[in-house]
Amino acid sequence: MKRLITLAALAITFGCGSAQAQYTDGAIKIGVMNDMSGTYSDLSGQGSVIAARMAVEDFGAAAKGMKVEILGADHQNKPDVGSNVVRTWIDVDKVDVIVDVPTSSVALAVNEIVRDKNKVFLVSGAAASDLTGPKCTPNTIHWTYDTWALANGTGKAIVKTGGDTWFFLTADYAFGHALEHDTAAVVEKNGGKVLGKVRHPFPGTDFSSFLLQAQASKAKIIGLANAGADTINSIKQASEFGITQSGQNLAALLAFITDVHALGLQTAQGLIMTEAWYWDLNDANREFAKKFAPQDKGVHPTMVHAGVYSAVTHYLKAVEALKSDADGKAVVAKMKEMPTDDKLFGTGVVRADGRKIHPMYLFEVKKPAESKAPWDYYKLRATIPADEAFRPLAEGGCPLVKS
Amino acid sequence: MFELLGISSQALFGQLLIGLINGSFYALLSLGLAVIFGMLNIINFTHGAQYMLGAFTAYFLLQYAGLAYWWAIVLAPFVVGLSGIIVERLFLQWLYKLDHLYGLLLTFGLALIFEGTFRNFFGSSGLPYSVPPALQGGQNLGFMFLPNYRAWVVVFSLAVCLTTWFVVERTKLGSYLRAATENPTLMRAFGINVPRMITLTYGFGVALAALAGVMAAPVYNVSPQMGANLIIVVFAVVVIGGMGSIMGAILTGFGLGVIEGLTKVFFPEASNTVIFIIMAIVLLIRPAGLFGRGA
Amino acid sequence: MQRVAELSKEHAVRAHSEAIAFVAMACVLVVAPAFAYPVFLMKALCFALFACAFNLLIGYVGLLSFGHALFFGWASYISAHAAKVWGFSPELAILLGAGAAAGLGVIVGALAIRRQGIYFAMITLALAQMMYFFAVQAPFTHGEDGIQAVPRGKLFGIIDLADQTNMYVTVLVIFLGCFLLIYRIINSPFGEVLKAIRENEPRAISLGYRSERYKLVAFVLSAAFAGVAGATKALVFQLASLTDVDWPMSGEVILMTLVGGLGTLFGPVAGAFFMVALENYLTTIGQWVFVVQGVIFVVCVLLFRRGIIGELAQLLRVKL
Repeated sequence: MKRLITLAALAITFGCGSAQAQYTDGAIKIGVMNDMSGTYSDLSGQGSVIAARMAVEDFGAAAKGMKVEILGADHQNKPDVGSNVVRTWIDVDKVDVIVDVPTSSVALAVNEIVRDKNKVFLVSGAAASDLTGPKCTPNTIHWTYDTWALANGTGKAIVKTGGDTWFFLTADYAFGHALEHDTAAVVEKNGGKVLGKVRHPFPGTDFSSFLLQAQASKAKIIGLANAGADTINSIKQASEFGITQSGQNLAALLAFITDVHALGLQTAQGLIMTEAWYWDLNDANREFAKKFAPQDKGVHPTMVHAGVYSAVTHYLKAVEALKSDADGKAVVAKMKEMPTDDKLFGTGVVRADGRKIHPMYLFEVKKPAESKAPWDYYKLRATIPADEAFRPLAEGGCPLVKS
Repeated sequence: MFELLGISSQALFGQLLIGLINGSFYALLSLGLAVIFGMLNIINFTHGAQYMLGAFTAYFLLQYAGLAYWWAIVLAPFVVGLSGIIVERLFLQWLYKLDHLYGLLLTFGLALIFEGTFRNFFGSSGLPYSVPPALQGGQNLGFMFLPNYRAWVVVFSLAVCLTTWFVVERTKLGSYLRAATENPTLMRAFGINVPRMITLTYGFGVALAALAGVMAAPVYNVSPQMGANLIIVVFAVVVIGGMGSIMGAILTGFGLGVIEGLTKVFFPEASNTVIFIIMAIVLLIRPAGLFGRGA
Repeated sequence: MQRVAELSKEHAVRAHSEAIAFVAMACVLVVAPAFAYPVFLMKALCFALFACAFNLLIGYVGLLSFGHALFFGWASYISAHAAKVWGFSPELAILLGAGAAAGLGVIVGALAIRRQGIYFAMITLALAQMMYFFAVQAPFTHGEDGIQAVPRGKLFGIIDLADQTNMYVTVLVIFLGCFLLIYRIINSPFGEVLKAIRENEPRAISLGYRSERYKLVAFVLSAAFAGVAGATKALVFQLASLTDVDWPMSGEVILMTLVGGLGTLFGPVAGAFFMVALENYLTTIGQWVFVVQGVIFVVCVLLFRRGIIGELAQLLRVKL
């Protein structure tokens, strides 16, 4: 029921528009688009709409006289569906900002459209580091995480703690290749060695054959350059074949707390991953999770949800300062000018290439005995400071960055 | 030990064994399809969804009734088979006189309904189902570590497949079934309740799918799309084996598992597609499939 | 004498019904952009053409192809690549895409035509899946990302298709043109032979017609028109992606044709518009999309086999 309500055009009216502010169509329209029915629906989906709503409420748009509307849509992980929705949203519904969009192929397509129509695109769900590299635009900000940050976090941290030989199990598509490539580069840069790799068809079901090859390589670390159901299956089957028991460690290069939940701690224990946010890190996060979970059927917020909250908050601040939402480029420029500050990510900054900067965290999944409550899954192994967590500005190849 | 194209014989045997294990899933699934098509001339696209229902029923039995795996193996096929009977009575029976196309489209629609509904309620990340305690752990065979559960899968599938084949091809009941397909009017004249046979046969085929689902639950992700990913492959298996042939489906299922396993070693990116290449080749040379009768 | 007069009057009315319907459809489509979002309309038109192409095969030749997405998707890739990387102008890109689809149609057709019924369907599915794999691997398609930011270019070098109205008119002209072509094909001696083959192939062969050849030509034509649809779609959306070659896309076109009415002239158009509108609506309530599609399949097969246009034609007792 809640789903039906929130998925339709959910109008949250907070008083009438102020006489001085010029908002297109009289309102600020936020479009949250992601996978609402497929592999990524748990880590983003409905939850992102909820997170956006919470951001608007906490911002106090009503009291400030700003009328804000939130729309949600499902892109089904398909670039053409996503493009279609965004085009319709912008042309017909006068949406001002597109938020979330996991699945890099969709995000890249939306990236182009938003630039052409001069709106704003705040990416929380997608991973492609190209969004702040060759494909960067003055209308897009990449929040939360990207393949480079993941590779750097997980890869570097593991090599430094002794995991210096790697074997990659890669999903055979663009994202998988990118993740494998980035992580391999980091591993080798920090003195490790890549012993081999195998590419599995995407999506896959049975990984036993590939895992056996990984086992035969005798690499200390098996890097899983895949996501969603593939990661879950790889981990489950690795446990079944005694791979983790016999001394090799799995590194999930892209995993979310919802994946751990699906696996169960018995299978997932010992898994190492990098995330940008965890609900149990501090009091502010816990409070947010407490408010969020009942609205999302008990599912605790993922870093993607937190990213949506943070991005929407900062967007509203910028629009308030400009008193206008019409010019996408101007709003994004304002967002880059103002430092960010929200209760979930704390203080941070948006760089010239559109990259939002904040610390990243290296987590290890707890053993079942160590977990005191549902969703109490992670222990913190390391914090990667903000200035080291993301690809250096000069290395990105973003045309916006004057070198 | 020898080396073949850069892979040691140890690794090769390991991969062959894995291929055999995967093959047993293919065989079990295609068995149900072959029974349904061979006996009833229905192309059951819902088979993948019914496989998924079997896995979910096992999950529910554990979650809500505390009934473990060994109960699920018996109960889940029964429950899902019953649902199959309902489907046959409600929907399929009206289509027997029409072109095969309609049966295919209807079962395809049903598959979408089942999968969509489960997706709505259970999300897509999947649900955990662990290997039963009695079958945990494994044997170190020297060239690989064989989980006990996977060994059980091979043995049990083989047993089910051979029993089914025996019942259909070598017993009186089976001969009634086969006769009822070839000449229902004559069978009716002999006093055999043909519609009931058809209904029960469909239910049996569906139960086989659900059984495969229960077997898959501990090792593959219990998710609403688990069937959708497999169904096309299983169809290919049945077509290659020969659409009416039980033994064909069994042999092809195991055989293709092994071939796929080998492909994963030498050319992993193609492992999803090798089955279709083989299907295209087989269909061009032997249109009725390797063991099929009639084109 | 009177009977002949009645028959020719009947024939005239029937011929008229289709002409009337065509004119009505064209008029509606011309004014539609004033009422509906043009991009939605263009999408519906592309799919309508795709469905018409598919219907040519199933409705008039009786062959169910389970891999038609192959032609649609690959034409879209070729045309996108031509427009973006080789700088072709749109009409050449579309022609190239359609030509590629026709070429693929010759190969697939030659392999598949030899079999009947379910085996034919399975071969088309197998070949389509192989081509899907190839699309995933081939570097020029960019796998999951697809070919993005495809420029619409200038039609014939002068008409700028970035303008929404120009694009719409172009798509409409392409659609109506192909529709008329398909009509001409169906209502020609060639079309009559196809229908004869569908009704009773052995008899057609005994009359001296080389049914294999006819079926192959029909297959290639169907592939070519599907290619035109795909190539045009790539330009409308400025994107060619894996969705276009995947087997659910083949399933979608079957559903559209079924819902609209198999073997009717306007059925595929109605079916396409219906399904595209439904999908548009469903993206806002996302999660039920599969269930709704499934229900439509079931209902259509059980109760509504003639489809929208089929039922309408039955009601009005005309041919549509």
